[in-house]
Amino acid sequence: MSFWNFLQQNWVEMLTLVRQHLSLVLISTAIAVVIGIPTGILLSRNKALRNPVLGIANVMQTIPSLALFGFLIPLPFIGGIGATTAIVALVVYALLPIIRNTVTGILGVDHNVREAAVAMGMTDGQILRQVELPLALSVILTGVRVAMVISVGVTTIAAAVGAGGLGVYIFRGLRQYDNNLLLAGAVPAALMALAADFSLGLLEKRFSVEGKVEKRRGGLGSKVAIAVLVLLVLLGAYGTWRARARGTASATAQRVVVASKDFTESILLAEIVAQSLESRGVVVERQYELGGNLPQDALVAGRIDLYPEYTGTAYTAILRHPPITDPRAVYDQVKREYAEKFNVEVSAPLGFENTFAILVRGADARKLRLKTISDAVPHARSWRAGFGQDFMTRADGYPGFSRAYGLKFADQPREMDLSLTYIALASNKVDLIAGNSTEGRIAALDFVQLEDDRRYFPPYEAVYLVRQDSLNRVPALREVLSKLANAITTDEMRKLNYEVDANKKAPVEVVREWIKQKGF
Amino acid sequence: MNDSNNSALVEFRDVSYSVPALPAPILSDLDLTVQRGETLVLLGESGCGKTTTLKLINRLYLSSSGQVLVEGKSTTDWDPIALRRRTGYVIQDAGLFPHFTVADNVGLVPSLDGWEEAKINDRVRELLNLVGLDPVKYAERYPRELSGGQRQRVGVARALAAEPPLLLLDEPFGALDPLTRASLQRQFVDLTKRLGKTAIFVTHDLREALRLGSRIGLMHAGRLVLLETPENFLKSDEEHARAYLETLKLQVDDEAGGSK
Repeated sequence: MSFWNFLQQNWVEMLTLVRQHLSLVLISTAIAVVIGIPTGILLSRNKALRNPVLGIANVMQTIPSLALFGFLIPLPFIGGIGATTAIVALVVYALLPIIRNTVTGILGVDHNVREAAVAMGMTDGQILRQVELPLALSVILTGVRVAMVISVGVTTIAAAVGAGGLGVYIFRGLRQYDNNLLLAGAVPAALMALAADFSLGLLEKRFSVEGKVEKRRGGLGSKVAIAVLVLLVLLGAYGTWRARARGTASATAQRVVVASKDFTESILLAEIVAQSLESRGVVVERQYELGGNLPQDALVAGRIDLYPEYTGTAYTAILRHPPITDPRAVYDQVKREYAEKFNVEVSAPLGFENTFAILVRGADARKLRLKTISDAVPHARSWRAGFGQDFMTRADGYPGFSRAYGLKFADQPREMDLSLTYIALASNKVDLIAGNSTEGRIAALDFVQLEDDRRYFPPYEAVYLVRQDSLNRVPALREVLSKLANAITTDEMRKLNYEVDANKKAPVEVVREWIKQKGF
Repeated sequence: MNDSNNSALVEFRDVSYSVPALPAPILSDLDLTVQRGETLVLLGESGCGKTTTLKLINRLYLSSSGQVLVEGKSTTDWDPIALRRRTGYVIQDAGLFPHFTVADNVGLVPSLDGWEEAKINDRVRELLNLVGLDPVKYAERYPRELSGGQRQRVGVARALAAEPPLLLLDEPFGALDPLTRASLQRQFVDLTKRLGKTAIFVTHDLREALRLGSRIGLMHAGRLVLLETPENFLKSDEEHARAYLETLKLQVDDEAGGSK
């Protein structure tokens, strides 16, 4: 499909994402201005506070955005899933440039001018309003401009906490190996950053002393800048209004918040529950594509009711037990501990496993006659490996895996986004990756899964994690979950994944067909 | 104002000023009375305390000991804002607000004092004419569009705007070329005579002091070492005064030698 066709088919959704993106950026920048400029003014007058406060703002800006989202989710009022959390995080990032430039701008006012102002008998407030702020304005605007451009970038990550925006396309594009989606997310974001940079840059000039002289001579720049800004603000306001209108419509009926992790299979499993609930008259709010540990945090904090998980992941990554290989033992232990620790119930297994699949290119496997991981060990010394962040760090991931097989690679394995590892393997950038066994692209890209002949990887049975209070509140939930017990085979799951990842069908459609076929 | 000519407008009583960072006081035991209507020039090298003396008058600084009185009232008893609005202040490079037009700069203190707009406009026009700038041509310009001499004129006009009884001038003509400088000095003498203003003028240039001052206060290392009329200053035997007069002679000799 050409990019042009893609746009023709998806422009409505894309505009919605642009609007969400814009309103997140504008609201957060506006809040940061309202907090940041007075703080900057205060710091320009209070030397003792200056360095500590700027230091804190500095540190806040170094927190990785996904980690910050993670901290925020369990917090009352400012946390949760969705736009609020994203805005709080964006404000945190936008504050530093605004505060710093306000301080720099005010302190940078010519000493002679300030002394003249004092000597003319101006009060501190008059000096601030009539002399310091006007003279610092273009420097302050530079800060706002930097903050806004940063916000446009960070907002793409806000998709990971369900805040929407163009990041939705970028994450989806990475996952589905789809350049159209990547472009549809990245190009408007880049244009937005450029537009913000350009229009605020013009405003900055307009408010500089040089700009004042220009303006009297009838400059055009400021008019363009103001027009662009007004347009941005109106679009943002409209987006916010639309979002609010939608939000209130569904707030009444019995509601279940269904969430998923940020990969296709998780979305499909969540969608299966969502559609099953909807056919039973329950209102479903979808919070898909949450990154990292966010689904777990959100579930425990009661921000979501349910999400699909794997027993092995729960056992090792969340409960932090050393990996074991008996599926029954893992399931029982997980079920017991989740009930005790989190008041969360673990559903019956769905019928398939999604374990780590050690993958090599089909050509290599055939040439070298590779069947098992042990077969690959002698060749690995001349190979490079690429693994997702997850695999590199978890207890049942790379460290234990390489020890169990005595694996050594030519270099330290590359750590990259999981979906990128498939691309890296296909394009010969790496020679071995750890993918998912139900990944639809395995066959499509002609990869071969090497058998785990030493039984290293623990079992990863798919289950749903549900809050106990949600089960009590919504009886239909238990009914749906019992229907789904043992209902999906590994082959079926691979096919569903393939429909989305390779055939580019929408998960909603794929799930609808599957449910019809199954006769639920 | 002429009939109160002989009463003191500014008085220093045994004033010292020091800052913690410096071991020696910047100003020591200053006793000085400035009469209404006179132009007192404070003369001295950089760092002798003459600017400090000026800033003690409009309370940009507060004395460490002793008393500074303006119109008979200690500066510590004045509301600093009221005191400064009654005191015109002109500094080197004028200290004009770069984001204000010439008219806004000149009309600043009247507008702070809440004058009506029409009255401010009249006053601005009057003052620009007074300092020799055509209001039609210059009122709406920004300081960066003026020459150094023009900026300095605007600085003087701004200081005069709210009709303060006292003018403080800190090397206002220091950065100007000799011709512009001479022209502004002549105008300044004219103005102070015509308006009957009291002025305290800081400079390190003896010729300027001789040209402008009704009295000259010579300062050295934080002390007032001589206070005389220009005529008596020329005849003085005081060592620092002699050193200054030597430079005058040298300059004259140089100029004479050059013309041969």
